[in-house]
Amino acid sequence: MSDQPELSVLEAIREALFEEMGRDERVMVLGMDVGRLGGVFRVTRGLMERYGPERVVDTPLAEGAIVGASLGLAIGGMVPVAEVQFLGFTHQAFHQIGPQLARYRFRSRGRFSAQVTIRAPFGGGTRTPEFHPDAIEAQFVQAPGVKIVCPAFPDDAKGLLLEAIRDPDPVLYLEPQRLYRSIRGPVPPGDHTVPFGSSRLVREGKDVLLVAWSAAVHLCLEAAGLLAQDGVEASVLDLRTLVPLDVAGLIAAVEQSGKVVVVHEAPLTGGFGAEIVATIQQEAFGSLDAPIRRVAARDTPYPPGSMEDYFLPSVRRIVAAARATVEY
Amino acid sequence: MIELLGVDGTVRGTSPMTSKQVVDALRLMLLSRAVDDRLIKLQRMGRVGVYGPVHGQEAAVIGSAMALDPHRDWIVPASREHPAMLRHGLPLMNMFATYMGNFDAAAIPDGVRLLPRQQAIGAQLPHAAGLAWALKLRRAGGVVAVYFGEGASSEGDFHEASNLAGVMRVPLVMLLINNHYAISTPVHRQTAATELAARADGYGFPGFVVDGNDLFAVYATTLDAVNRALSGGGPTLIECRTYRIGFHNTSDNPKEYRDPAEVDEAEQRDPIERVRRFATREGIWSAAIESAALDEIRSQIETAQRQVEELPRPGAAAIFEHVYEQLSPRLEQQKAEALDDARPS
Repeated sequence: MSDQPELSVLEAIREALFEEMGRDERVMVLGMDVGRLGGVFRVTRGLMERYGPERVVDTPLAEGAIVGASLGLAIGGMVPVAEVQFLGFTHQAFHQIGPQLARYRFRSRGRFSAQVTIRAPFGGGTRTPEFHPDAIEAQFVQAPGVKIVCPAFPDDAKGLLLEAIRDPDPVLYLEPQRLYRSIRGPVPPGDHTVPFGSSRLVREGKDVLLVAWSAAVHLCLEAAGLLAQDGVEASVLDLRTLVPLDVAGLIAAVEQSGKVVVVHEAPLTGGFGAEIVATIQQEAFGSLDAPIRRVAARDTPYPPGSMEDYFLPSVRRIVAAARATVEY
Repeated sequence: MIELLGVDGTVRGTSPMTSKQVVDALRLMLLSRAVDDRLIKLQRMGRVGVYGPVHGQEAAVIGSAMALDPHRDWIVPASREHPAMLRHGLPLMNMFATYMGNFDAAAIPDGVRLLPRQQAIGAQLPHAAGLAWALKLRRAGGVVAVYFGEGASSEGDFHEASNLAGVMRVPLVMLLINNHYAISTPVHRQTAATELAARADGYGFPGFVVDGNDLFAVYATTLDAVNRALSGGGPTLIECRTYRIGFHNTSDNPKEYRDPAEVDEAEQRDPIERVRRFATREGIWSAAIESAALDEIRSQIETAQRQVEELPRPGAAAIFEHVYEQLSPRLEQQKAEALDDARPS
């Protein structure tokens, strides 16, 4: 493992795009500022120089058209990887994602599939302006037909993106903007894919299970480190994909300790955590030794960046919830 | 406004269509009206859910479709263009299946260059722009013709798609069927502009207004737009001014919101009658030919309806098909439950 190059999350995403565009000439990248600038985070830097302006396209500022045109491009034989600059901006494209892109295979009874990947950074912790950090992933869970992928580590960032681009169905690929440059790790060179619907146990402990996805996985790891100092051994499960959900992996992890805390960056009520809790109580009721707790953002509008610590889940809140659950 | 074929059936200059094309178009127009009648009747009998007739718009829909090559070009329809879809290769049975609730039998067959009808207003416009973009990138030749109404021209998708199509200079023909009503809303409540085609200026491509009840004007203008797109000239917006003589759909009662005199006036400009007059004068159409054509149409419709009626109804399993290429374990479980539920007790 140690001879693998260490990359940041951002570099891993870029490597996947470079490799897949080289491997499959149908793959194209489109979105605002993705070409000459290389994206506002520079994720796509160098792609236009390598693959030219026909395959790496700066589009007008219109999220609905970026997604809607990607569906048409896919029907016409291309494999689009569309960037929506921030997940919060996908509300302007919501109809084109849920009722259009996600349903096109179904509506056409299989005549047309929509092999489209939508990349979108999201999540708080970086003091960004309004609409840039919103964690609205659960809203797309109610749009059957689209898959929802949220890597938290560089190797998964690459492996899940390659899987997403090759998947014959549309995929919403959510990038943890706060981890772009802060998390580095070994990334397998070349063809490395991670199958959807397989969670990853990133830390093992016998006392309590912390369930999360995307950047919240790292909050859980930090909390687990603090808990260990007090002798509480926490497991951390990274779901990696919300749709499809790895129910078997989730239940297996729950059965280890019978005590669970679910953590997410979206507001509490109606968040995907509620789906996790409902699934666990139905599938593993007999294994539970304590009520399941959730640590999430508050049910308020996203506040200004200077106030976001009052809003977001924190390591401290996770530690407190885990302790209360263990001591139940 | 571009006009070639007068209400009295006289043509300005020479006909842009061959005699065969005129006869084909007239047959398709008659088929369209007969399909309207049959599906409205079936809806009244409770055998069709909701149906929106083409009545009054036949020249706009068929004249434009006849300027396309089904082996080269694509049609991206809204929801009232089934005559164009039939002309482009959709079997009549599939069309009947659409309205008779058999969604598997309604599917666009492989190789037919059509997208499914679009129920969300204007949502097909970005798809059409993207598809035209793909044809350009793949140097496939061909154009995309997208249909939408004047109501859809108020949607954001219209603006976003037009703008993108202009910037990318894609081979797109935008057919705005201005039938003067979006359900009950008249066009003057849809826009303060006197001409929707003028919007093309704002996107950097040409726009034209044509008499949408004039088969020849629609055909010739669309053919010009197709040729412009094929030669790399980019999109064209064509506003076909027509009138929705029928209702919005079978759940609508237009008497509640429009003056019957307005409809009577529109019927004087009937798009079929003027082609009939032209063709009769040319000696390529007669009462006897029409009578034989109507017999044939009746039999085609009978066959299509019977074929759909004889098909097995899709069962519970069908709603799980084509959600994803492969079902997740969770969906497999739901499918098993649904099949169990649907079993007679």
